[in-house]
Formats: sequence, C-alpha cells, structure tokens
Amino acid sequence: MRVRIRFSKLGKVRFTSHRDVARIWERALRRARLPVAYSEGFNPRPRLSFGLALSTGHESGAEYLDIELDPERVEELDLEALPALLSAQLPVGLTATAMVVIDRRMPSLQQAVTSCTWQIDVAEVDVELVKGAIERALAAPSIVVTRERKGKQVTDDLRPLVLSIDVDSPIEDGIHNQQGVRLIAELGTQPRAVRVSELLAALDPPLTELRVRRLHQWIITDDDQRTDPIAVAAPLSAPVGAI
Amino acid sequence: MVMGTTSTDGVPIWSRLEPLLPQVQKPARYIGCEDGAQTPEHGPGIVSWLLTYPDTYEVGLPNQGLQILYEILNERPDAAAERSYAPWTDLEALLRRDRIPLFSVDTHRSAGEFDVLAFNLSAELTFTNLLNCIDLAGVPVRSADRADADPLIAVGGHCTYNPEPIADFVDLVVLGDGEEVVGEITEVLREWKRAGKNAGTREGLLHELSKVVGVYVPSMYDVAYDGAFIAEVTPRYGDVPATVEKRTVADLADWPYPKNQLVPLTEVVHDRLSVEVFRGCTRGCRFCQAGMITRPVRERPAGQVRDMINQGLRRTGYDEVALTSLSTADFSGIQDVISSTIDDAGCDRVSVALPSLRVDAFTVGIAAELQRARRTGLTFAPEAGSWRMRQVINKLIREEDLYGAVESAYSQGWRRMKLYFLTGLPTETDEDTLGIAELARNCVELGRTHHKSPSVTVSVGGFVPKPFTPFQWFGQNTVVELGRKIDLLKDDFRRTKGVQMKWHDPRATLAEGIASRGDRRLGPVIEYVWRHGGTFQEWSEHFSYDLWLEAMAAHDLDVDWYVHRHRTEDEVLPWDHLSAGLHKDFLWQDWRDALEEVGLEDCRWTPCYDCGACTGYGIEHVVASATPPAGGSQGTGVDLVSGSSISVELQNRRPVGAATP
Repeated sequence: MRVRIRFSKLGKVRFTSHRDVARIWERALRRARLPVAYSEGFNPRPRLSFGLALSTGHESGAEYLDIELDPERVEELDLEALPALLSAQLPVGLTATAMVVIDRRMPSLQQAVTSCTWQIDVAEVDVELVKGAIERALAAPSIVVTRERKGKQVTDDLRPLVLSIDVDSPIEDGIHNQQGVRLIAELGTQPRAVRVSELLAALDPPLTELRVRRLHQWIITDDDQRTDPIAVAAPLSAPVGAI
Repeated sequence: MVMGTTSTDGVPIWSRLEPLLPQVQKPARYIGCEDGAQTPEHGPGIVSWLLTYPDTYEVGLPNQGLQILYEILNERPDAAAERSYAPWTDLEALLRRDRIPLFSVDTHRSAGEFDVLAFNLSAELTFTNLLNCIDLAGVPVRSADRADADPLIAVGGHCTYNPEPIADFVDLVVLGDGEEVVGEITEVLREWKRAGKNAGTREGLLHELSKVVGVYVPSMYDVAYDGAFIAEVTPRYGDVPATVEKRTVADLADWPYPKNQLVPLTEVVHDRLSVEVFRGCTRGCRFCQAGMITRPVRERPAGQVRDMINQGLRRTGYDEVALTSLSTADFSGIQDVISSTIDDAGCDRVSVALPSLRVDAFTVGIAAELQRARRTGLTFAPEAGSWRMRQVINKLIREEDLYGAVESAYSQGWRRMKLYFLTGLPTETDEDTLGIAELARNCVELGRTHHKSPSVTVSVGGFVPKPFTPFQWFGQNTVVELGRKIDLLKDDFRRTKGVQMKWHDPRATLAEGIASRGDRRLGPVIEYVWRHGGTFQEWSEHFSYDLWLEAMAAHDLDVDWYVHRHRTEDEVLPWDHLSAGLHKDFLWQDWRDALEEVGLEDCRWTPCYDCGACTGYGIEHVVASATPPAGGSQGTGVDLVSGSSISVELQNRRPVGAATP
C-alpha cells in the first residue's frame, strides 16, 4: 500500500537540506510507529520516495513524499489521523497537510510532476526595472545557461521551461529589512527542473533573491488537465485530513 | 589581526543572522531547533551557562558530556544552560564583518550575556578555537584583562588535565566528572550574581571557586622556574589547595543522562543514540590517557542501560544505538543487552554500534547478535604490531585474540574492517612497526576463506605522550622519524592486495605534542597561532604547521625540549599540582615496567595495584560481574574458553603488599 503526503517547510527549518529532510522524515515515521516497508538486501532502507529537491534556504507549501507501507501491518493504521500524528513528530516548520492512498502503478513524483509555481521575492526596489527584465526574458527566443555537470560544461536553454512569470507586487521583507518585488513564476521540471537561482542569474539585468517559496507542484493528466499530486489520486480515494 | 566583536544594539541576534545564512555552507548548523533543545528562562537569580564546543556543530553536537551538563543545569531552578559551537570560517567572516557576536543556538542569545562560557576541550588542537570563540564572544582573551562583569571562562574535558598551556586564557578549570561540580559552581556564582557582580569582586569570586573540590583556578597559583625547568607551583593563598583533585561520580546509576538526547536536524558525526554503559577503564593501556584519568570502572546497571536504549530509540526515532565506553565489550552482560535491544526493536531494524572494541572480548556470540540487525562498521584497535610492543604498552591482546575476533566477524558476514595502530611508541623497533603490516595481511588472508574480496583499512596514528600516563616521561618521536615509519609501512603494503592504509599527518602529531605536555610559557605560542589565523587546527585543510614552529621560535621556545626530550623522575611536571587520583610513583613504576616489557593485569578482576584512583577517593569499581566476560584471553593470561594458560610468557607485576624482589 502506498500513501502520498503533502507537507510544508516554513521558517527556520528551511535551512535544512533535502537530505536532512529525508532523515528527519525517516525518524518521524519510526517515532509515529508507522508500518513502513523496508527495501531488501544488505542494508535495508525504509521505502520512501521524495519528489523534486527543494534548494536549501527555500520554503515550500507543497512538498510531497510517497511512502510504501508494509501490507501485513497496515490494518493497524488510522489514515484520517495520520497527518496530525506525523506533524506531531516533525520539527517546528515541517507540517503534514494532506494525505491520500495512491495506486502503486502511479508514476513516481519525479516522473509525474511537470511544473512548479514559485513565489520569488527579489531584492530590487524598482518595479519597472524588474518588469523590464521579465518582459525581455519572456520575449527572448532562448535563455541559455551554462552549468557544470560531472566535470563537463553543459549548455541548456531555460526558455521552454519558463511557463509564466508575473510581477506581483512590491513587498517589504522583514527578515532582510529590505524592500523588494514579488514574482509568481511557473517553471517546468521536465526534462530537468529549472532552479530559481539560475533563472534569476540569467535575467537581464540579473536579480537577487530575498526569499523563495514553492507554492504548487503540478501534474498534467492524460486529458490535459493541470492538477496536483494529491488531487491526481483523488478518483481512487478521497484525500483525508486535507487542510 | 583579529578584531573583537561588539554587542548588538538591541537588535535580536537571529534577525541579524538570518539574512546571512543563505550565504554560508550548511546553514542548518546555526538554527538550533533540535528535538531535545531547551529555551530556559534567564533572570537575576539564575546563573546562565553557555556550554560551548570549540569545533563545528557536526563534531560538537553529539558530545555527550556537553549534553549531560545541559540537562543537569537546566533541571536546576537557579541555572540556565544553552549551547554554542564554533562557527565555520565562512560565517565567522560575516559575523566579524557585521559585528555580530558568538551566539547560542537555542535562543540566539549573545554569548557575552551569559555568566559563564564553559568549553568542552577534548583535543589540544582545539585550543586556538577556544581563543577564537572567547574573542567572538566579545570577551578579552586573556583572563587578566577581563572586567568584573565579563563572563567567566571555564573549561573541562580530557585535555584540561594539563591546562597549563591555556592557563592565561581561562578563569577556571574543572577536573573530572562534571555532574556534581557544575551545581556547586552554580551556587558560588549565584551569590556573586545576586550581589551585583560589583567592581573588584572578581578576584574574590575566583578565590572562592578555587576552594570547590575539582575546580582549578590557574590565577591562584604562581609558577617559579629554575632555568628551563619548573621549580615549584605554589598557591597564592593559604586556603587554596596545593593539589587540585579531580571529581569522580561514584555511581553512574544515579546519573541516567542524557535523558533527552538532542536529535539534530542536520547530519552530525555520530548521528545516532548514544548510551554510556560504563565510565572508566582499568585495562591499563599505558598510552591511553582516557583510561588512566577516568578510573575506577563504574558500570551502569544493565537494566538501566536497557531502559535508556528503549526509551531513547522510541523518543528519537533513531535506528542505531551506540553503546559507549572505553571498551564496550568489557561490559558485564554485554551480549544480553545487545540481543534484547535487537529483539525489543522488533521489525524496526535497530543496529547496535560498539565504538570501542577490544579484540579479546569480541566473540562469535557478539558478532552473531550484531549481524541480526543492520551491520555497522567494525573497528578493532590492536594498537601495536608485535606482542613485545603490546606488552610495553600493556595492551595485552594476543595475535590469536585478534584473529579470533576477525574470524568471528568474517564468519558472520562482515567483509571490511578497520584496524587502529599507533606508531612512535616507546622502544618501538622497525620490526614492531612492520608487525602492523603482518597482522593486517593475516587478517585479509583470514577474510579470503570467507569472501572473495575482503578489505582491511589500517589506520596509523603518531603517538603523543599524555599527562597522567606512564608514558608522560617519554620523548615523542620526531616528525622525520614518524614519517620514516609510515613510509616503511606504505612500502610494505605496496605489494598487499586488500589493505588500505591511512595515516595521521606527523606534523599535526608534533603540534599536538607541543600543547599536550606544555607549561604556561606555551600561552603566547597558542595566542600567536590564533592571532595569525590558525583556527580549526584539527582540520587538515586548515592545519598550519609553519605557524606553530614560527610561534615557538618567536617566543624562544625549543620544540625539542618540549616534545622530543625524555623527562626524568625528579622533574616537576607542569601538571604535578593537579591530580587524577593516580600516584606519581605508581605511574613511574609502570613506566619502568613498560621499558622492561612487563605487563599489568586488569585490576577489575585481580588484586589492587594501588594506583590511587580508588583508595585516594574512597570509591570502588562498580562492576556487575566479578569475572571477565567470556571469550578471548581478556588480558588475563588465561584462555577463557578452555581455562588453560595461554602460551605466551606474561610477567606480572606483584600486587600491592607483595614483597618486592
């Protein structure tokens, strides 16, 4: 039996890495005594599968995790109560917000998610300057970035993965005690996920991030509908404990 | 030149720190938020302690000593304890740029606001980080320069048994177990704080603290020199003790700490539950300072160990528990504890790590129990390559013991193991050194009978003689000599398949040697290294050999005299006014015995040799079993399985009371 959990990562805990969060979840699941299935072999590991990595320092309201449960022990489980039960075992800032039972044949989060919506606060007071940079990027036929991968220089065009960027509103950033502009962007994840930092660096002029939060992860269904990883499983079973 | 830091003008530290964190590596080290972290109340009647580990968070967080004191202090109504760790160099640069002081990770409170900054010092190469943390706290690094209301700088931990090299920088030193004495110190400070920390009262406070048993206040003592040698160390007041005795907790059962082990959000060096199964060790390995200064043996009751494991695993969610001590396989009923841990955990797959294993106590039974859960790494420490050498260092394990342990491990499915050795030991010949290669080769051979490609990692460290050990009189090998021995082994291993060799940089061994047995004249040397940027000296990428040599030369101090010289019996050692309970004549006799290759049995199971640790303090070993655990020879000279004498010649020193020849 496989369940999918949505969780948020907000506040101080945003400074933990993707790997840290995986370890935190493993411990939380053991503390909650959830009957997690283990891999076979020499060094059995709990069968957890995380979606797209979130950069250290970025917040999220929409992280996902698939957990394989041991079918022999699963009847002890009260699915309704699970999100609250798990949140109680997680550090402040990590909160399970929804869960759903999913079909085991369903593609993994990594494969299924096609884009994410981001809230990006940039350190720039001049709204017109930000608008100009965004308009130029959206009008450009390509946004070429070069990065190092396995010791080799790889060139990518980010433009096809930039689905939308809206300049939202000027903001006052309490943490950095700085003014900025808020962007809402939808960025593609296939064949690879665009990183917010590389996109901002590729703009003309480049922009600096103040605070970044992932708002949604999206899946395109067979009938071309945009939905999220919990809702996509909804026909199979209604989401429980959704907040 | 390092600058001081000023306090923040009312702006909370966290608000100033938060925008810097995206710019540094591993920012989760600075956020706190661990399960088990506390946010204690501060106030006028409450003595605030900042327990600081002067190395990175990853290294410092798992430190059990610090966590034990954190809980004990926070349980007191008159104390509040928070934690701090040395910021990595990237954050340090930003803190200094923005004039943000060292802070606690619990509530991000400025270090300068605490009454005491208490440092855990477990390695000499962290001394320069101690200075750096004091400076980052905004406190003058030299105790003589501190104002009345400045925080007190306290240190404890194994390498404070010779605190003389850092005597200029610390206000007080705690010797031995901290569980009880932190409360007594708190009571003295509480009264001082209540009275308002008035001008001119600091000297009186330190004087008062020097009367607490286990507390050494360096400024209460004068050191007189006779040329290069120390003539005498004398207390400045009649009521200051001439000799400072260490503190010893009589029974670990009274101290089931930590009760709420901290669970970090980010990866640390020992990311697992730790349960201390006993403290102290009487195996009597002569190179081992920990074994000498922590006597006698105090076992935790097996039932309490089981409870701490069960509750700890349930609370933390860890799937690994380390049973810690100086030689965990010596714990009475070790096999029962391991098997019940693995059984109780049921399907939750808990693995048990035994960080310090003597090969003569590692049996097929233990190996079989361990492998039922997940297999962790196995490390054995034969320490020396020949039986002769092991008699000199009193690590009385036979080659057969090692092969027996290795065979047990391979037969239970392990394919790789680590072997720890020391080189540069007293009387060591090239034959002894090359014995290391021979042992490792034989271990790989044994593995071949079980697996296709077994592997053995040989780790070789340079020996640094430590205070309060029989080898405190020994002249340490030079960098050149250690390098030559390491090369001998490297050459020898070149034609061996399946052995990887790792070694410790002999230059770092030298720096450790300078600090390990130095006197107060070393203070300016440590300050010089720190002022010239020599922090994180334990980290090979930051270690600065040239700075140490430069600093010694700049202060006209002779490395050879401090490090490589053999000491004589009549010499006043820099730590002679401190006591770990051991009689100096016991240690001297043990040193002579070492040179004559005479071994000394474990006094837990044999008559007393009157080292002083029990008799001096009126305490005793606390062991559940009057006989050594089964398996191997246990250093007894008897094959414990067959009951017959083992085939090696083991000359034993006579117990106390026997006529001397």
